[in-house]
Amino acid sequence: MKKALLTVEDLTISFFTQAGEVQAVRGVSWHVSEKETIAIVGESGCGKTVSIQTVMGLLSKPGSIQKGQILFRGEDLAKADKNRLHELQGNDMSMIFQDPLTYLNPTMRVGRQIAEAYLQHNKATREEADARVLEMMRLVSFPSPERNMRAYPFQLSGGMRQRIMVAMALVCNPAVLFADEPTTALDVTIQAQIIDLMNSLKTKIDAAIVLITHDMGVVANMAQRVYVMYAGKIVEHGAVDDIFSNPKHPYTWGLLYSIPRLDAPVKGAMEYIPGTPPDLISPPKGCAFAARCRHAMNICAQQQPPFFDFEEPEHCAACWLYAQDAKEQYADVIEKRGKENG
Amino acid sequence: MLRYTLKRIGIALLTIFVLATITFFLLKLLPGDPFLNIKVPAAIQEKQMAYYGLDKPVIQQYFIYMKNIATGNLGTSLKYIGRNVTDIIADFFPVSATLGLIALLFAELIGILFGILSAQYKNRWPDYVLMFFAILGIALPSMVIGPLIRYFFGVQLRVLPVSGWGSVEQMIMPAFVLGLATIASNTRLMRACMLATTTQDYIKTAQAKGLKPVQIVVRHELKNSLVPMLAGIGPAIASVMMGSFVVEKIFVIPGLGKHFVSAVTTLDYPLIMSLTIFYGTILVTMNLLVDLLYGVVDPRIRLE
Amino acid sequence: MDRNQLYESLNPDLLQTEEMVRPQTTYLKDVWRTFKKRKTALVSAIILVLLVLLVLFGPMMNPYNYYSNDYTAINSAPSAQHWFGTDTLGRDLWTRVWVGGRVSLLIAILATLFPFAIGMVMGGISGYFGGKVDMIMMRTIDILMGIPTMIYNILLIVVMGSGNISTLIIAFTLTGWMGSARSARGMVLQIKAREFVMASETLGASPVRIIFRHLLPNTMGIMVVGITLTIPMIIFAEAFLSFIGLGIAPPNPSWGQLISNAADVFKNYPYQFIIPCSFVSLTMLCFNLMGDGLRDALDPKLRA
Repeated sequence: MKKALLTVEDLTISFFTQAGEVQAVRGVSWHVSEKETIAIVGESGCGKTVSIQTVMGLLSKPGSIQKGQILFRGEDLAKADKNRLHELQGNDMSMIFQDPLTYLNPTMRVGRQIAEAYLQHNKATREEADARVLEMMRLVSFPSPERNMRAYPFQLSGGMRQRIMVAMALVCNPAVLFADEPTTALDVTIQAQIIDLMNSLKTKIDAAIVLITHDMGVVANMAQRVYVMYAGKIVEHGAVDDIFSNPKHPYTWGLLYSIPRLDAPVKGAMEYIPGTPPDLISPPKGCAFAARCRHAMNICAQQQPPFFDFEEPEHCAACWLYAQDAKEQYADVIEKRGKENG
Repeated sequence: MLRYTLKRIGIALLTIFVLATITFFLLKLLPGDPFLNIKVPAAIQEKQMAYYGLDKPVIQQYFIYMKNIATGNLGTSLKYIGRNVTDIIADFFPVSATLGLIALLFAELIGILFGILSAQYKNRWPDYVLMFFAILGIALPSMVIGPLIRYFFGVQLRVLPVSGWGSVEQMIMPAFVLGLATIASNTRLMRACMLATTTQDYIKTAQAKGLKPVQIVVRHELKNSLVPMLAGIGPAIASVMMGSFVVEKIFVIPGLGKHFVSAVTTLDYPLIMSLTIFYGTILVTMNLLVDLLYGVVDPRIRLE
Repeated sequence: MDRNQLYESLNPDLLQTEEMVRPQTTYLKDVWRTFKKRKTALVSAIILVLLVLLVLFGPMMNPYNYYSNDYTAINSAPSAQHWFGTDTLGRDLWTRVWVGGRVSLLIAILATLFPFAIGMVMGGISGYFGGKVDMIMMRTIDILMGIPTMIYNILLIVVMGSGNISTLIIAFTLTGWMGSARSARGMVLQIKAREFVMASETLGASPVRIIFRHLLPNTMGIMVVGITLTIPMIIFAEAFLSFIGLGIAPPNPSWGQLISNAADVFKNYPYQFIIPCSFVSLTMLCFNLMGDGLRDALDPKLRA
């Protein structure tokens, strides 16, 4: 097993609002190694964005880290001071955001926005910075970089803006690149372009990639390992092939089945996961998914399940179905992966 | 940019035209011959008749009037016998303009500074102090604060002169009173702009690049906040101009505002009419300049 | 629960039932709740109610009226007989302040409501019909708004003859409807796109019905805020006009007139100036704070 570059250990984050304490992230652990690509999947509000923004030191009030460690090259960033975080941001760790239109300054030329990231962490002259900007723009296959450097964001298309974001994030050669739903705000054809771009970049850059998405298709295309998150906790994780071919957690089943398939029969309703995620101000004391799970048992409502291991390396799921006492009883359900009719 | 400029200029000219027309027809509603002063010698009466074409039908009078204005001939005052309105403007407008510009500059700079500070220290004591001051500026109109300040600093403390114009000391109180309302509204506006900018997504991106808070304020928040502030300059100019009527009266400053007020009081109709058009034109022109400036500053317009 | 029961299918009662944590609430209740939280706005509202009561009943509280001159008691400071003192003609200031308040508030309220009503109708029609009608209306408003209202007001009052409550109200109405027309039109355009309007049209409702029954009521929130924030501007405008000699003619008092007269004798009899100024400022302040509170209460993003 490769040595981990970034390890998040039992990270717990709460937001103290007027309505009460919102437990957005409730003890989450994951890690990524050098040059590895992992994905964190889950529906909106499950805490994935909050987690990675916190790792990068971007957690804003009224949020605060309640517990846990963020170990980057051995250093615990959860305890780092502001100046140390500023040194790392954009430099050793960087982020691509969801909507390049709103995440770029509308009154600043794009070349300058990329150069800003570079000049923040490297002593260089204007010309040197501009040369570096051009280099990055070519790296992301940006058309006519010399001319477009001086463009404003509104003059570019969505796909081009996202390439600018990628260039901006890579300009200081980061060790970890976070991509927060990089394709969600783009239309489908452009999505494919960006995914191809990111995959091609993997060979050219040294960065490890942490991809946040709710789109299982993107996960399949890009990641090596997957963490499935629900209501602030990780419910299953493993290698991407294992997760797709042998999913274990009922929520993962729901996620996979709700993707419509071209080869499925035309008749019949679309699959979906009924119900809504729980209120994180007063999260349930048992498994957070129990209320929506067709296979829930009494113990699910009373105790949070621990992780259970499986044969494949690093594949775990937090579900009572895999407890010693339940495994045989529910073997049928497990094998059919929750489907009533295969 | 060119299209935008031409459009703005066109609207401005049209506005001045409409103003002049409205002014003319409104004043024509007055009973009798308000533009004729029967107390003056017949020769001057004839001159007035000729200038206004009072013996001709209304429509023709209108065209004569518009032609006069377009050529810069604004007629003569009734009360200041025989004096050309143009001369009156030339003599007294510079004073008002100076006062107005000083007040405006001062108000804009201080208002913006206070707004930035207020936003940075949001919900802490500097914010409360500045907001309190801003509220006062809104609730205390110039005719209330003017005499108070004048009395307090001029009569009681005797540190500043109570009236007149010419020296720097004489400018301080009038400029302050004139600019107060604008400082107050600018403080609130800038604060709102800065706070709105802070929540924008691209600020998160700037943070993700490792920029320190000061760098973010200066490089990203400031510029994006100033653009909407620009839109506030138009009303500020109007407010300063109107305010000059009150301030010049309180501090006895020999400016155009004071003359406009006395024209209104003495019903010097030719002077009222011409000064109305003059003030209107100045304002329209100022607004046009602000619009054009906006076109330069906003890259979306500049580059279309 | 023994081991076997633990692994049986879930008994739904064991789940913590998630009630809606927050109680059901209507739009108005929500607005009132948020408004109450803003202490300043609430206090302002209470003060305004008190002022209205004083304005209505104040003059009845002592035996004096607002016009009788008493030359034995001119310029006397506040005392037990004359609670606010007397003015230069011996008139009781307490009575004059409250009678003047009636005038000023009446003007402020009517001169705000009429233009708003007209503006809403015009804006509603313009927004609903769109196309040519909308374009012409908006262009006209753009041009008319190019000149500050005060210039028009002065012109109109000069023509109509000053000194009259109706004159002032008419002038303010003629010059003030444009702002609310624009904002009503903007809102109507937003609402027009919503489905319930289409539903109405499909059911055969006439444009008039749609405009008045559906579109305009939905703009009420913003309009109420606008009205609350415009009233102090009219109070200021009336004071301004009085100051330059175009206000209510004596002996009828108005707050603007009281301030204007007292400014001349401020040095010797400051109370005559300070008392009406205090009430004008207090009223303007309270309306502004209340308007701010209402605006925040109506903004869904700031909902508590």
